[in-house]
Amino acid sequence: MTLSARFLKIGPARLFVHVCVLLIVIIWLIPTLGIFVSAVRDKDQIVVSGWWTAFAGSTRTVAARLGTADQQKQEGATYVISGNLLEGQDGRSLKAFGTRIQQPSAYQAGETANLGEGLSLQVNEDGTYRYMKNAAFTDDDAGRRVYVAVSTPPEFTLQNYKTVLTGEGIGQSFINSLTVTIPATIIPILIAAFAAYALSWMEFPGRALLIALVVGLIVVPLQMSLIPLLRLYNMVGSAFDVPSKTYPGIWLAHTAFGMPLAIFLLRAYIAGLPKEIIESARVDGASDFEIFVRIVLPLSFPALASFAIFQFLWVWNDLLVAMVFLGTDRQHLVLTGALNALLGSRGGNWEILTASAFVTIVVPLLVFFGLQRYLVRGLLAGSVKGG
Amino acid sequence: MLSQIVSALGVVVVAVFACSAYFYFSNKILDLALPVKDGGMRAATRNLNRRAMIRPWLFLGPALFLLIVYLVYPVIATLILSFYDRSGSSFVGLANYQWAFGDREFRQSILNNILWLAVVPAACTFFGLVIAVMTDRIWWGNIAKSIVFMPMAISFVGASVIWKFIYEYRGGNDVQIGLLNAIVQLFGGTPEVWISVPFWNNFFLMVILIWIQTGFAMVILSAALRGIPEETIEAAVIDGANGWQIFWRIMVPQIWGTIAVVWTTITILVLKVFDIVLTMTNGQWDSMVLANLMFNWMFRGGGDSGRSAVIALIIMLAVTPIMVWNVRRANRELGGN
Repeated sequence: MTLSARFLKIGPARLFVHVCVLLIVIIWLIPTLGIFVSAVRDKDQIVVSGWWTAFAGSTRTVAARLGTADQQKQEGATYVISGNLLEGQDGRSLKAFGTRIQQPSAYQAGETANLGEGLSLQVNEDGTYRYMKNAAFTDDDAGRRVYVAVSTPPEFTLQNYKTVLTGEGIGQSFINSLTVTIPATIIPILIAAFAAYALSWMEFPGRALLIALVVGLIVVPLQMSLIPLLRLYNMVGSAFDVPSKTYPGIWLAHTAFGMPLAIFLLRAYIAGLPKEIIESARVDGASDFEIFVRIVLPLSFPALASFAIFQFLWVWNDLLVAMVFLGTDRQHLVLTGALNALLGSRGGNWEILTASAFVTIVVPLLVFFGLQRYLVRGLLAGSVKGG
Repeated sequence: MLSQIVSALGVVVVAVFACSAYFYFSNKILDLALPVKDGGMRAATRNLNRRAMIRPWLFLGPALFLLIVYLVYPVIATLILSFYDRSGSSFVGLANYQWAFGDREFRQSILNNILWLAVVPAACTFFGLVIAVMTDRIWWGNIAKSIVFMPMAISFVGASVIWKFIYEYRGGNDVQIGLLNAIVQLFGGTPEVWISVPFWNNFFLMVILIWIQTGFAMVILSAALRGIPEETIEAAVIDGANGWQIFWRIMVPQIWGTIAVVWTTITILVLKVFDIVLTMTNGQWDSMVLANLMFNWMFRGGGDSGRSAVIALIIMLAVTPIMVWNVRRANRELGGN
């Protein structure tokens, strides 16, 4: 089948859908792509050309100096100073040249420029030049400044990453983020799973009210909690003579803020487990604790995994809670905080910003693409049910 | 650095162990304190009932403690603080509320928030729905979905850096390295410092949140679309409906509930959005929103707990109708079980 025949089989409507989706995918990818490409570019190149030209190479205008009068050679009636303006710069080529800063690329490479007063200059693409005069060069016209447009092949480097990981405190922040995130992901799952089990399978007065409370608390804005909690933390801190901004403090905060959604999602799942299994275990004399650990926990693995991914992404990407409960000093700064600080202090240094941004998003992206299926399952368990 | 990794891992083990130990030992102690084996039939029954009464609270204990300390108590405390002065020590009545409604910046934030609420949830839901419908029809739809969903994994701060690079502006005759300005220039326009153009900069910030959240809307709406029974669509096709009519008259009404869920979830998120404005403009050039204004008042010049409490309450108030609706929905769901 020829290509056009295949197109005809697809039909214009289907083709339109394909093109639209392709366009959307490109629009959604491009912003992130810009960061990825820029982060491995040479820092001088980032500022002179757009990242989308990175693969095409770039052209830069630089100043160079011609040889001095003592290098001149006589060739018949003319005197010549020759040499190479691209000495020691492999792989680059010269596109144009000029002698005045106002017109740095007045002449094409290979052209012979007539500079007046019997002077002429020829510069070739490989950088070699012939500077000629119909009389002997004096010190006045030798050693002249010229401008050349040099095209550079695409250059990629890992230097930016090296800089941010060692010099800008991003390495330290990376560890801090892990220190915050891992306990703040595991602890809430355990606590919420027990609570979700109690709310699904244990009979006690006030159960419906508690479920309503949990659902209601899902939407309490975080901002609401900040001031009273800061005061509480300071009080506890001064009462026990410990600093108020600590890792346990932020673990508990993240655990609590993730709790309503965790209980809500896990309860939806655990309540849906087959009644017969739990009843028959009870008849066999298993206690609730045993039922939970031996039966409910293993069966709920998909739900636990999906919530874990959620909580991980949420904690890793959080800025507000970390700023308030862990502070913004260098020792405790998490990645998002470090990136935010860099935006303020190194706003124009895109090689620093792009490499740092990549470091902050690489872990969540790995988690995301590795465990996407579970994440989607969790989203659907919570949101579509009853919707 | 290595020592920090080791200690962090150690802490994880200890924390998880402590957590498990609580649940294990509290249940063990309960069993020991209320034995059912010896002491006769009546005592056993009594103890069994007592156990059943106490055990749920052992399971719920840590969760309840955290919910009350970190969410319930703060709501009440914030309400009280809003009637007190900046240090929270002397009662000032409604003065903070009066200040809020007279403050230019506050009114600006409210207007901007309304703008965000009007645009972002609608745009995310709309794009999410359109993309879900289209990707369900092509063979590489799942790859496309993954790509649109991907920004969900990126932090707001990371996304801000990404988009700041797109909006980057170079003055004079310099080559534009920001994609947007480069495109504008390509079509003969004049490059601008987009994030400092009052009013319109709000939209440039919203684009970031739309870019992040559309994937979320798409995933959920796509699942809902799959749940639509084939027969209804087939019937419409037989009756001669075109694609457009099928979409608006058949599909959209059937997933109306899910659309509402997506819409409200994003609405709640928009009200709490803080990071994007902080990193992009920090509220300059008339782009302030409530969450950032509150953060500023909390820390600016030593902090003003009264005024920031008022702003927090306003955010809370805006979320309350959604909260009530959520509770009702959950109750209905419970009743149906």
